[in-house]
Amino acid sequence: MVKRPIYGLMAEFASPEEVLAAAHRTHEAGYRRIDAFSPIPVEGLAEAVGFDWTILPTLVFCGGLGGGLAGFGMCWYANVISFPLNIGGKPFNSWPMWIPITFELTILGAALTAVFGMLALNGLPTPYHPTFNVERFAAASTDRFFLCIKARDQKFDLAQTKAFLEGLHPHGVFEIED
Amino acid sequence: MASEGSHNTAGVADPDPIIGPGHTFETVTDKISSIVLTRPVTPGWVFGLLIAFGALMLLNLTITLLMIKGVGIWGIRVPTAWGFAIVNFVWWIGIGHAGTLISAILLLLHQKWRTSINRFAEAMTLFAVMCAGMFPLLHMGRPWMFFYLMPYPNPMWMWPQFRSPLVWDVFAVTTYLTVSLLFWFVGLIPDLATLRDRAKNKTAKIIYGMLSMGWRGSAIHWSRYETASLLLAGLATPLVVSVHTVVSFDFTIGIIPGWHTTIFPPYFVAGAIYSGFAMVLTLAIPIRKFYHLEDLVTARHLDIMAKVMLATGLIVAYGYLIEAFLAFYSGDQYEIYMMKNRFHGPYAPLYWMLISCNIIIPQLLWSRKVRRNVGLLFVLSLVVNMGMWLERFVIIVISLSRDFIPSSWGMYYPTRWDWATYIGTFGLFFTLFFLFIRFLPMISIVEVRSLVHETNEEKGHS
Repeated sequence: MVKRPIYGLMAEFASPEEVLAAAHRTHEAGYRRIDAFSPIPVEGLAEAVGFDWTILPTLVFCGGLGGGLAGFGMCWYANVISFPLNIGGKPFNSWPMWIPITFELTILGAALTAVFGMLALNGLPTPYHPTFNVERFAAASTDRFFLCIKARDQKFDLAQTKAFLEGLHPHGVFEIED
Repeated sequence: MASEGSHNTAGVADPDPIIGPGHTFETVTDKISSIVLTRPVTPGWVFGLLIAFGALMLLNLTITLLMIKGVGIWGIRVPTAWGFAIVNFVWWIGIGHAGTLISAILLLLHQKWRTSINRFAEAMTLFAVMCAGMFPLLHMGRPWMFFYLMPYPNPMWMWPQFRSPLVWDVFAVTTYLTVSLLFWFVGLIPDLATLRDRAKNKTAKIIYGMLSMGWRGSAIHWSRYETASLLLAGLATPLVVSVHTVVSFDFTIGIIPGWHTTIFPPYFVAGAIYSGFAMVLTLAIPIRKFYHLEDLVTARHLDIMAKVMLATGLIVAYGYLIEAFLAFYSGDQYEIYMMKNRFHGPYAPLYWMLISCNIIIPQLLWSRKVRRNVGLLFVLSLVVNMGMWLERFVIIVISLSRDFIPSSWGMYYPTRWDWATYIGTFGLFFTLFFLFIRFLPMISIVEVRSLVHETNEEKGHS
């Protein structure tokens, strides 16, 4: 049987504090292509694996702005350009009346961007991912924490990296088949 | 309210915790997911679902008849052309508001106690908004023409009337439903992943696997996920206030006596939260009992919700007071007559019932003994639900049935089909709810795990 290529190595920890400390040490050791997995959001863990900025809030702002402009623009266009109705000489552009729709569409645009932006940036849905080949990984959604060093990392060397991870006192180190 | 969450886990042995002692990640995950994954179907659940489904079929029957005969099967006659349909619409949509309040506003305020009730409160929001949406659609008379409400390219070159609060309502309610659904689903993703990993049944594994979209709890994903949740909470907060404000505009933009008043938006929003918390209690009390969740939804949760109910109830009481005061202070004979008509007109018994249900009886909640008495609290929540329904009836029917010219007055009596539609929407609501508690985790596993972690940490430090 041909051995399948390796996606990376994964170490198992029992608590958020342990995985956080391990992530810091791994990053200090010079590994850059790393990721951590946890059943709860762990404060500081994303920063520890080298992730410190996301464009998501900017996108959401643009989504909200786009929604608001579309809402106001639609009301304005309908009543000023497309179908102006003169009712007792009242102004066509009665903008205070456009506010509720403008507001609702601002929220709608921003919320849709927040959800679908988050999913897209996270690359979800992901029908297949190598991490799931590790049997123990099922516990990552219950009470276990994992740290993964990917084979793509420039410093990655199967034996050395394995020894390094074992030096972090994990509950186990697993090879992830790609 | 603000201090509720902060001191609850300060001591080593908290006498009144928001989560039972001795819980670990494993136990809470097990406890919540087992309701979905391993608990056998119980006769009680089947019985409940059957009753709810029966009521849903009644709704189907009513709608069929409505399609054939038209809205004339309801008791709506000029001058009272709104009747039950709009009463029920406002009532249902108000109920939804507590779910968003719990999931969004209390998240921003760091209220830890919300974690174990927010999932089913959000589900309640969704289902309540769906029930609410039925009414304006059916009330149109020709529900199959509903798309006229939406701006869409059409051969008539027509637009919806964007100056009308009824069109604002369309935008507000559809946005509210969409955002609530998204918020709820985003919250579910990590829990669905937990179910996927724990399911033994192949079909369940595949379905939960698809729904969780390959969530694996990556730290980077969590980071974006938390950003998105926080942003959604920030967006949902003004949204929830705007929805009932727009609903109140349906009235205030009109010139009918008793409607054309500036107190309506805040007092509608307070009323919505009031009835919503009552409904959360109505649902939470039986659920925690039947599913043995007393150590996740503790006596303290019920106590806090009762306090929120009391506080919003007082705001509502203030609204009634100002409404009555302004009617007389205005010197407008129609406004004054409207108020007198509420006090001793033909619908006066309903008005006084409303005052008892919403103002007088809930004052019992000042007593800690009452707030800790689960049975009594359940009854009180039903009383408030009824009171809030009566409030909408009083506002809509009393004002419409006697407006300006006595020659155009007329009484409104609901028909059996009015009641059938109303009961039918309960069928829709509870059918969805029964399915929800069987197929999805009704308490957020991730948030309760985080709560366990925080509680243990604080215990460790103290």
